Amino acid sequence: MSVIIKARNIVTRFGDNVVHDGVSLTVNTGEIYGLLGGSGSGKSTLLREFILLLRPQAGSITVLGYDVMALNPFQAEQLRRRWGILFQSGALYSSLTVAENIAVMLQEYTNLSSDVIADIVNIKLNMVGLPKHAADLYPAELSGGMIKRAGLARALAMDPELLFLDEPTSGLDPVSAEGFDQLIMELRDILGLTVVMVTHDLDSIWTIVDRFAVLGDKKVVAEGDLDTVMQNSHPIIDAFFKGERGRIRSRHGN
Amino acid sequence: MTETRTLLPHLACTKTSSETAVWTSRGDWHADLLGELKPLLQKCIRSLHNVTLQWDVSEIGRIDTAGMLLHIQALEQLKKQGCTVEFRGQSQDFVRLYDLLQKHRTVEAASESPAQPSAIVSVLDDIGKRCVGVWYTLANFLAFIGESFIHFLYSLRHPSAFRIKAIIKNIDDAGFKALPIIALTSFLIGVVIAYQGAVQLEKFGANIFIVDMIGISITRELAPLITAIVVAGRTGSSYTAQLGVMKLTEEIDAMRTMGFEPHRFLVLPRMIALMLALPLLIFFADIIGIAGGMLISNLHLNLSFNEFLHRLQNVLAVKHVWIGIGKGPFFAWLIAVVGCFNGFQVARDTESIGRYTTISVVNAIFLVIACDAVFSVILTELGI
Repeated sequence: MSVIIKARNIVTRFGDNVVHDGVSLTVNTGEIYGLLGGSGSGKSTLLREFILLLRPQAGSITVLGYDVMALNPFQAEQLRRRWGILFQSGALYSSLTVAENIAVMLQEYTNLSSDVIADIVNIKLNMVGLPKHAADLYPAELSGGMIKRAGLARALAMDPELLFLDEPTSGLDPVSAEGFDQLIMELRDILGLTVVMVTHDLDSIWTIVDRFAVLGDKKVVAEGDLDTVMQNSHPIIDAFFKGERGRIRSRHGN
Repeated sequence: MTETRTLLPHLACTKTSSETAVWTSRGDWHADLLGELKPLLQKCIRSLHNVTLQWDVSEIGRIDTAGMLLHIQALEQLKKQGCTVEFRGQSQDFVRLYDLLQKHRTVEAASESPAQPSAIVSVLDDIGKRCVGVWYTLANFLAFIGESFIHFLYSLRHPSAFRIKAIIKNIDDAGFKALPIIALTSFLIGVVIAYQGAVQLEKFGANIFIVDMIGISITRELAPLITAIVVAGRTGSSYTAQLGVMKLTEEIDAMRTMGFEPHRFLVLPRMIALMLALPLLIFFADIIGIAGGMLISNLHLNLSFNEFLHRLQNVLAVKHVWIGIGKGPFFAWLIAVVGCFNGFQVARDTESIGRYTTISVVNAIFLVIACDAVFSVILTELGI
């Protein structure tokens, strides 16, 4: 299995506040990879470092074969077209309709004709399970679940190889959350995506994540599939999986 | 670093006989490379009618949604033209993507939007909607004024309900921090008036009347108006933006649920603070404006400061100053009411903050000028 993201010994500091002190992890092509950890453990920061929004103080990151720490602007642009990102609150452009939000990358970066773009937009909308009339709505008119779906459709617009999701199921009701998990899994299988998601939804971890890393103490305290990580007796792992919620889940699930 | 080599997509169309044709797709059919291919594809499609087509796709490198869509759209068009099409050499990926897109491609016909109404109807429709919108806004505005007045009366009966701390903070923001900009604008106004007057008065040798002109015009009209306009731009807009963001972040809803009436906690302190601060600012602007005029009179007409001040004491009746300052609370009330009202009008998206802030400043300035005109008429009629 080939490696799609490789991070080695990342150090991140904000002033005196050390967020990461030697974080290393590896994401393989085609898997759904979870980034876990309590609030403030630096999951989202790590994600922002992968997607070129933040630069760590030290360490090396390779994404899709590019060395993220030493990119020229041209390479950065190429890289940005090969991934899709779903932000935690959707981050849809509020002045554009849903359809325009999805089409914006295609319009800017390709010279496809407008009817092909319209067709692609329809397909993506359908893929993420949004009704047709949603296309002409503005983000302010959407419910939370619809915003996430529209954000996902936008992330998928350019047929990315790599999909980053920042807490995709937070703020969704359990039914919608499960539906969203199913959707991600389906899309991974059909489109051959690699998915990296920040999450603290235990259900997602049990059902769809193939491998994951648990962040804590400024490091990765465990990495691997669920069974491997559960073997680990680090206190953070215990707190995460053997707390009340985790116990209930493991009694029913698996 | 492994960089996949990209091959430009290409389509070779050959007509083997009058009833058969062979097409071959090559290269990477990727969204960013496909722009030039569409005309070629259209040309090939147009030349085929009632033909059996063998479409060889075995030499395609990578293909994405856009590339596959071109295939599917071509296929549909060809079928309409009575052709039978057969793909050859499909890879597994090709089949999977083809099936996926077919599954999610809904029938276009159903999505046709209803017939557009004629231009004249839509113009009338637009006008009607706007009129109703203006009517509702006006009704809401009056309701807002009424509500704030009721809360003011309540606060008068229960003086402890006044938020003294918030009022002081708002005076600091809207009054004290506005001093530099007010000083600069009123000084410049004084300078401008003095220059314009000096040239005319010099012709008649009536230099000393510059004092009358500056003293009365600045205290009675210009200082209140200019100060109010600067405050409308500075404070009115910030009121709208502050309250608008609070509305977006649901802070105002949170306050309501805790029983903190937004009018009492947000609107009244701002209104009272501005009504106290603006008269003071106008007085300040009077002094600086006259000082500006005095400086120019001295430089341009050789009128000494002593002469200027002596003449000023004789000709500037105190009523002019009081009238100017007396306009302050009225202007302040208009600015605060319009600013706060538009803040509450902000709806769910960020864009509306910008829109309502603009509306708030424009309306506030308009109302201030209109109010000033009303004052002029009334005071002149009364002979004051």
